[in-house]
Amino acid sequence: MAKEKKGVRLEHISKIYQDPKTKKEFYAVQDTTLDIEPGTFVTLLGPSGCGKTTTLRMIAGFESPDEGEIYLGGEPINALTPNKRDTAMVFQSYALLPHYNVFDNVAYGLKLRKVPKETIKEKVTAILKLVELEGMESRMTNQLSGGQQQRVALARALVLEPGVLLFDEPLSNLDAKLRVTMRTEIRKIQQAVGITAVYVTHDQSEAMSISDKIIIMSKGKVEQIGSPQEVYYHPNSRFVADFIGEANFLDAKVESVSGENADIVVAGQRLTVRNHTHIPAGKEAVLVLRPEACGLGKEGLLDCEVTLSTFMGSYQYYHALVGNKTVQITDYNPVNKTIYKAGDKVKLNFDPNGVYIL
Amino acid sequence: MAKSQSASLERKKFFADPILVSMIVVLVVFLLLFILYPLLMLLIDSFYTEGKVTLDVFKRVLSMKRFRTAFGNTVVLGLITGICSTLIGLLFAYVEEYVKVRTKFLEKLFGVVSMLPVVSPPFVLSLSMIMLFGRSGLITRKILGIYDSNVYGLKGIAIVQIMTFFPVCYMMLKGLLKNIDPSLEEATRDMGASRWKVFTSVTLPLLLPGLGNAFLVTFIESVADFANPMLIGGDYDTLATTIYLQVTGAYDSTGAAAMSVVLLSLTLILFLIQKYYLEKKTATTLTGKASRARMPIEDRSVTVPLTVLCSLAALFVVIMYIMVPFGALFKLWGRDYSLSLKWFQYMFKTSGLKAFRDSIVLSLIAAPLTALLSMIISYLVVKRKFRLKAFIEFVSMLAMAVPGTVLGIGYIRGYANGVFRTGFMQGLYGTGLILILVFIVRSLPTGTRSGISALRQIDPSIEESAYDMGANSARVFLTVTLPLIKDSFLSGLVTAFVRSITAISAVILLVTPQYLLITCQINEQAEKGNYGVACAYATVLILITYSMVMIMNAIIRVFGTSRTIRED
Repeated sequence: MAKEKKGVRLEHISKIYQDPKTKKEFYAVQDTTLDIEPGTFVTLLGPSGCGKTTTLRMIAGFESPDEGEIYLGGEPINALTPNKRDTAMVFQSYALLPHYNVFDNVAYGLKLRKVPKETIKEKVTAILKLVELEGMESRMTNQLSGGQQQRVALARALVLEPGVLLFDEPLSNLDAKLRVTMRTEIRKIQQAVGITAVYVTHDQSEAMSISDKIIIMSKGKVEQIGSPQEVYYHPNSRFVADFIGEANFLDAKVESVSGENADIVVAGQRLTVRNHTHIPAGKEAVLVLRPEACGLGKEGLLDCEVTLSTFMGSYQYYHALVGNKTVQITDYNPVNKTIYKAGDKVKLNFDPNGVYIL
Repeated sequence: MAKSQSASLERKKFFADPILVSMIVVLVVFLLLFILYPLLMLLIDSFYTEGKVTLDVFKRVLSMKRFRTAFGNTVVLGLITGICSTLIGLLFAYVEEYVKVRTKFLEKLFGVVSMLPVVSPPFVLSLSMIMLFGRSGLITRKILGIYDSNVYGLKGIAIVQIMTFFPVCYMMLKGLLKNIDPSLEEATRDMGASRWKVFTSVTLPLLLPGLGNAFLVTFIESVADFANPMLIGGDYDTLATTIYLQVTGAYDSTGAAAMSVVLLSLTLILFLIQKYYLEKKTATTLTGKASRARMPIEDRSVTVPLTVLCSLAALFVVIMYIMVPFGALFKLWGRDYSLSLKWFQYMFKTSGLKAFRDSIVLSLIAAPLTALLSMIISYLVVKRKFRLKAFIEFVSMLAMAVPGTVLGIGYIRGYANGVFRTGFMQGLYGTGLILILVFIVRSLPTGTRSGISALRQIDPSIEESAYDMGANSARVFLTVTLPLIKDSFLSGLVTAFVRSITAISAVILLVTPQYLLITCQINEQAEKGNYGVACAYATVLILITYSMVMIMNAIIRVFGTSRTIRED
């Protein structure tokens, strides 16, 4: 449906802000280079204040970068005002025009482009059908539920057939259940339309479920770019491992390296794991364990002592002490398994090929 | 770190919007020419004679005993009016917010009292004061049998000013009291404090910056007031009246300019304290909304005396206003209290019709211009970033601190011989256009302030979304901003009309025989002692302004956007 899918390229982009209190300048975004392929769904993910929204607003044109150039479909767009850019944004607060009804909200951009009346009607009707709001044309926006307002905001952006669609935390005002439904729907529509989308969120599960590619940002810098699987299974920093999903970190020392594997010592105990980050022998490292990748048993890789055991319904939740570090473990579907209790001295189990060191 | 690239990009984006740029240019020229330039001329006049910088004019003015007395008088009057208005305003606000008011009647009364000063010309209370308490006053002579009552002077002006300005304090303080979280007071009550202790240890300290704010605002109003001291001042001259007499009586406009500089400095200092110190303080102590409704005080030993006190004060104010139409209807005040329409007939037979037509036409031209201008200024100030923004905001607010008399003198000095006495734009002086300009400048700050607060409540992303969908600034303003602040625009329109048609202090200096204005007619008739005619003018004027306000309220009720948008 989109006239032309456009890619977005950020070349060494920086944005400097001034702290209103201390008057000190700081980098909100620092030397960021990104390449967003046409037609892909890319998420900017990070904690609040990491620069993800600033980056999005620079693409939309509301902020101007202090260094670097932004390209849309190969064209530099730094000097273009937001109204001249081939982007359309879905705002966190939806930002629907409260004095217009649904139809007029969706038609607003088309009218500005002097599209003939009949075409506007056709397009608006088609897009409202796509977002499942048929028959709501004459409703005022304050008569709609949060989810419906969200759909209007999406329709209003989609109908302009922009080169790239921008989302600024669009689901953060919805309740948890609706958030899950809407994100699936946004993904479905994006794929049906085949449009390039840049999506900002701080919700990692949202980012994983919706994206082709996730860009994880922290303190104004890109930490890692990769598919959801890549960033989950192969985080390249402790920050990413911690931010995406749950993770336990155990201090380790690399004893020796052989090919893709490394012998490490954790809490005085030796084991062999995969070494895809290629840490050389003799170096300090951290062993990253996902709670759901661990189990407890009579046999296992590391000695530990259970300090907490709680039934959570779909899983049994443990704390286990390895050396002097507490490891969280989620043991799913515990119905016919041995349940350990606090004080039990057992072994910690995991697939040495499925864990990694940093 | 250098922000040079973003600065240059912002500049490029800014100049890509020619309508926005030209709008700002027009605005800046307007503010320079009609607010800053006249004030600058006053400075030039008082410091620059015959080609050199000198303090001669000031020395001359300061040596006048009349001027020194007037300065002292003005400050004393300002202090009295400021303190009393603030206290009475506080009483009213406290009763409204804290005390359980049982009667509908009292609620109505409060509403009327807060509304009256808005719709009435600023000096009608002086008229009724004279008619009630003057030498042939209804109360003093008829009821009390006092024959030598003297209402003129400090006492008279102060009472009239307090009655005129306390509703402003009441409205300001009411808003602040509403924002005090009741749980703060409940917590101290719970810890064992008496009501009085709660008031002195919680409510009052929280309110203190607000009280200071209210005091300064009334102080400025009192100092700038021209018409009341003129009518009821007797020989108690204030700066505003002295300046007026210096021009119209002594034909000494350089002297008047120097006096104006003194008056302006006084109001300006107070204004700066109010704006940049107290307003911020009020905002920091009282942020956020009250979490829930306050439990009103029901203790009769508190409610009864407070309610009675307020009702009496409110009734007194209402009676004062009711006196105005009666003043016009009685045959001869002080002697013959039979009803007749002769003053109205006299008014319409003489210059009445022309005065009403001129006043209404000029105000009707000024009002929409003012409203539009103030909405544009608010939009630029709240929603856009550009270099001259602070200048535009400051100058349009500055006009609030400029007393009408000072502005009038500034226009005389600045335009009587053209801009900088070059003859350029000389045609402006003595026309209706200059009156319209004065009207606009005088109402601009109020409109801008209400526009700014209305716009601050609108989520900035709504306008951003329109911008993002392809609208330029003018488009965003017309299709999004303006419809969303329609109510504020409408009330700005009516306020500007009311303020213009009731204005006197600046225009009385600039009006030429070609135009007759209602307010000037009232002043003239009252000075001659023709209170019947003055009251007839005032009555019709109040009717006009009141019906305008009513029409506006009806329009907002029917077509207002806010209600449909804001109810969630």
